[in-house]
Amino acid sequence: MWELIQANRRKSLLLFILMGIALLLIGSFAGAALFGGENGAMLGLFLATILWFILTLISYFSGSSIILSISNAKEVTKDVHPQLFNIVEEMTIAAGLSKMPKIYIINEAAPNAFATGRNPDNSAVAVTAGLLARLNRDELQGVIAHEMAHVVNRDVLFMTFAGVMLGSIVIISEVFIRGMWFGGGSSSRYKSKSSDGGQGQMIVMIVAIVFAILAPILAQLLYFAISRKREYLADASGVRFTRYPEGLASALEKISSNTVELKSANKVTAGMYIANPLKKKGHKLSDLTSTHPPISERIRILRSMSKGASYLDYQQAFAAVKGKKESIIPTSELKEEKITLRSTTDQPAQEVSKKKTQRDLGDLMMKVNNYLFLTCVCGLKMKIPPDYKKSKVNCPRCGRSHDVPLEELAALSGMIASTNK
Amino acid sequence: MTFFLIFIVIIVVIGFYVVSLYNGLVKLRNQVKNAWSQIDVQLKRRHDLIPNLIETVKGYMKHEKETLENITEARSRAMGADSVADKAKAESELNGAMSKFFVVVENYPDLKANQNFLSLQEELTSTENKISFSRQNYNDQVLFYNNKIQMFPSNIVAGMFGFKEEVFFEIEEPKEREVPKVQF
Repeated sequence: MWELIQANRRKSLLLFILMGIALLLIGSFAGAALFGGENGAMLGLFLATILWFILTLISYFSGSSIILSISNAKEVTKDVHPQLFNIVEEMTIAAGLSKMPKIYIINEAAPNAFATGRNPDNSAVAVTAGLLARLNRDELQGVIAHEMAHVVNRDVLFMTFAGVMLGSIVIISEVFIRGMWFGGGSSSRYKSKSSDGGQGQMIVMIVAIVFAILAPILAQLLYFAISRKREYLADASGVRFTRYPEGLASALEKISSNTVELKSANKVTAGMYIANPLKKKGHKLSDLTSTHPPISERIRILRSMSKGASYLDYQQAFAAVKGKKESIIPTSELKEEKITLRSTTDQPAQEVSKKKTQRDLGDLMMKVNNYLFLTCVCGLKMKIPPDYKKSKVNCPRCGRSHDVPLEELAALSGMIASTNK
Repeated sequence: MTFFLIFIVIIVVIGFYVVSLYNGLVKLRNQVKNAWSQIDVQLKRRHDLIPNLIETVKGYMKHEKETLENITEARSRAMGADSVADKAKAESELNGAMSKFFVVVENYPDLKANQNFLSLQEELTSTENKISFSRQNYNDQVLFYNNKIQMFPSNIVAGMFGFKEEVFFEIEEPKEREVPKVQF
């Protein structure tokens, strides 16, 4: 496992250097074009580095809390969803992590999940309520294993840094191009006054514009390429943890058949999810401009792993499905390992009606939002909102009167107040 | 004189080497112990859950006295087992009794709707998974440690200080081993 992290680091370094060069180039060109001359280039370089440095510091220390809060994720305790907690515990053992990640639920019906955190001790796993309502135990285990693999392989840290670099490049080129629109007139006036290098300044300007348009695209392609590879790797590690490729395969199938849109995801966070939440756009160019490999392909690879769950087995399945010899897993990890596949733990699947799934989903969302549940003698479950004030509530079906445990409710709403701060 | 000095140096170097081999073996043995204690925690957890389960299902399964008694017996035998090998054997039996029980449960739809039962079942499934994942870790550690004990030169040090090979924790998992029967 350690060598895997090492290999990841080497590759990451190469990508960083490439992106860093792009960042510095665009900084200096934009500076030269906006402020003029060599001094301008130096100033641009300086500003670009400062911007990148500040963004990196912020993302290192509070990146995961920012991402969790813009994704509307709420930290939950075990009683909200015991099964999810158990599965995360199981995968913590299987992955050999010393500390269990924190668990978050996103109150949305679209099934998806992501992991975040700069190292395994500060990690968190977030899943949507829709995912919990739709997947069975084995499938959920597959998804959590994939997310834990991201944590173990240090993908999260790397993707955060790469994302920040990409973000800096995008910001600089955007500021520059807008600056050209609005301040273009004034800067040309400066130029005409000190017009000993007018021709040279023109060329710098054109190069800068071309670069400002190209750099974000190039950086994005680099970012996407690495991101895709990491998805395959996380699939492979995840299967190694669970020893049950079918779990992840059928989870991915369910996730990809979903038509509900994930509202809280955006361009920046899209790369972190287990399946691309913004799949509607850019369907045609998906191979180059997608953060994720095509889901159908990931499923086919997982389903053709019939011999075992080692990295070698995944690599062989990958080669068989893709028909080319691209190495997904560093060769140092590709040793003969006997990891037997296990069979399903679930009892024969019962047909769960769509209605029940909907109801479970609603219940879960209310639980996450600190609703209190009261079960009436007639069997009806009443959900009391956290801001309910009266001390009695009547059952809407049989009319029996119930006492509302106000202290409990107050404690719950106190929790909301503290989390909303 | 120089000959004597060289001799001393060689002795010291060998001494350091032996110490480092010894320390390495101690470290490995502790890792094996640590991995074992992780399994033990989960085994105890399972033993604690079973009485609750029996208590919950008793009312529903009046005609399955034998199945329930089998579980209770297997549990107390598993709790009494001392060595790793004995525990593995007893836990395999307990596994067998439990899987028989969960097959029988399929005939009791009322029970499968009982919230208490469902949450116990989830806890048991999870505990069983945790046992199997920590078992894998334990067996990896044991393999590594046993290899060190058998291989030259650490086998000499191991022999001198009485490091003994550890036993693998193998549980029969009926579902895994069963070969599907084909009939023509």
